[in-house]
Amino acid sequence: MQKEKKIKSISYAKWGYIFILPFFLTYFIFSLIPLFDTIRNSFYEYYTSGLKVIGPKWVGFQNYISLLSADLPKYAWNTFVMWVLGFVPQIVIALLLASWFTNNRMKIRGKQFFKVVIYLPNLIMASAFAMLFFALFSNAGPVNGILKGLGIISEPIRFMESTLGARTLVALMNFLMWFGNTTIMLMAAIMGINPSVFEAAELDGCTNSQKFFRITLPQIKPLLTYTLITSLIGGLQMFDVPQILTNGQGAPDRTTMTLIMFLNNHLKSKNYGMAGALSMYLFVISGILCYFVFKINMDKDPDGSRSAAKKARKLAKKGGQA
Amino acid sequence: MKTKSGKSRSVFAHIVLIILAFMCLFFFYILIVNATRSHAELQRGFSALPGSSFVANLQSVLNDPAIPILRGVLNSLIVSGCCALIVTYFSAVTAYGIYVYDFKLKKAAFTFIMMILVMPTQVTALGFLRLITSMGMDDSLLPLILPSIASPAVFYFMHSYMQSSLPKELVEAARIDGSSEIGTFNRIVMPLLKPAIAVQAIFTFVGSWNNYFVPALVITSKNKQTLPIMIATLRGADYMNFDMGKIYMMITIAIVPIILVYLLLSKFIVEGVALGGVKE
Repeated sequence: MQKEKKIKSISYAKWGYIFILPFFLTYFIFSLIPLFDTIRNSFYEYYTSGLKVIGPKWVGFQNYISLLSADLPKYAWNTFVMWVLGFVPQIVIALLLASWFTNNRMKIRGKQFFKVVIYLPNLIMASAFAMLFFALFSNAGPVNGILKGLGIISEPIRFMESTLGARTLVALMNFLMWFGNTTIMLMAAIMGINPSVFEAAELDGCTNSQKFFRITLPQIKPLLTYTLITSLIGGLQMFDVPQILTNGQGAPDRTTMTLIMFLNNHLKSKNYGMAGALSMYLFVISGILCYFVFKINMDKDPDGSRSAAKKARKLAKKGGQA
Repeated sequence: MKTKSGKSRSVFAHIVLIILAFMCLFFFYILIVNATRSHAELQRGFSALPGSSFVANLQSVLNDPAIPILRGVLNSLIVSGCCALIVTYFSAVTAYGIYVYDFKLKKAAFTFIMMILVMPTQVTALGFLRLITSMGMDDSLLPLILPSIASPAVFYFMHSYMQSSLPKELVEAARIDGSSEIGTFNRIVMPLLKPAIAVQAIFTFVGSWNNYFVPALVITSKNKQTLPIMIATLRGADYMNFDMGKIYMMITIAIVPIILVYLLLSKFIVEGVALGGVKE
């Protein structure tokens, strides 16, 4: 009987490997091999100039150094600024809406309608959305037309010719595309809080804002952290919107050029060495962010209470031994 | 006193919601109105009422040999449809392998996938492009579909879903009834996963439909372009100067199908977002 059981479990283990094989094989071919190739290329001088191919010639960390001393910090800063401009209003509005939607005392009419509408932009093709904004906010476009018609301005506002204007447009689009998604995620987290906590708070005479700052916020902190980090990763990948809006130029004066737009330029011009080194910088930053996401997902103890208890037990044990 | 402040709060909430809803809908409203107006009408300035050039704009879009938009729609449908099928099926396969079976590398495999859960594909784009070129797959739709067999985020969703709604006893029972391992998965487990598959199929389809970065690097010939690449070529061309109506019409073609599908399935989709977001 026992022998049979053992044989059985061995034969089933085989099936585990068979089921996960397609995933790992695909990942190996289309992600790991490319990763190693990218790493290798980052150490070579290897680019195309006109019809001539220069290299590959081993240059060590030369590509990494020249990226840092040239445009990379500027583009990293652009990306970060546009991310912040979009993320701050996104999280504030999402928190506000989520707390309204989940507040039973507050009768929001057409809740379902609003939820459907605010999520809509998240599904829109970013490149088409950017093209639309380019048309709408152009100097002779409808937005200037409406503002003129209302008598607010006499000359068209040149949105895309000022750094602030262009960056704000990118951030506005990112905000519109993501605040609905964040609202719905936060709502789910708030609804997961034990309602008796709120009831007890109400009995004790808590005000709405007290409930929000003392109960809701601390309770959904893990999800807020998660949202922050995944949004950072999303921000790092910012490409479609500024690329289409500025036709890849990052206008004005490359102040809306993001890191991935920079990578895209190197890939298009077949500058493998620089593209490789830039990819590696992105890989390291992404890796750090991935680690945080990993920690949050694998952590069954988000508020730290369990690990604190464990520590206390350990201490007690140590004390007992001594 | 208390009800009064509650009331003003509620009024404030409704005002904010209406402004946000207006922002979300207004741009699409202008888009659709402008798609029905001719270039001359658009030049004269903004009007909130639709024009009469809808058919003319549509015809000029469909008859433009420089941007074969119907071909683009077809290519996008092929890529997105195949991705949705492949992603959901293989993510379920992988999740099932790790959820049901006990094997030595089970924990390592799960940990590995969780580590790469949110790794951007852009960081390996260079190596990916060189690889598919050396495999002879450049300028084809295949490299836009095949890599999606390994989709860590969908895997994670499926795995969580199985943990909450797939009892392992069911697999045992099927075994006793003489069902093969693959047969059990395809005939018993897959039907049970339908709700999870539907949600992920929709999100994968939309994500793939909107995807721009990698397709723009892989595809070079015109008749293989997907919609986002065509939209990008619009920005590069100088249509702006002679036919704005056409541009609005092309954007409409690229995004309105998704909006329509969304409106049909909205309740389901919004619930799906919440489902994926809850971190236990």
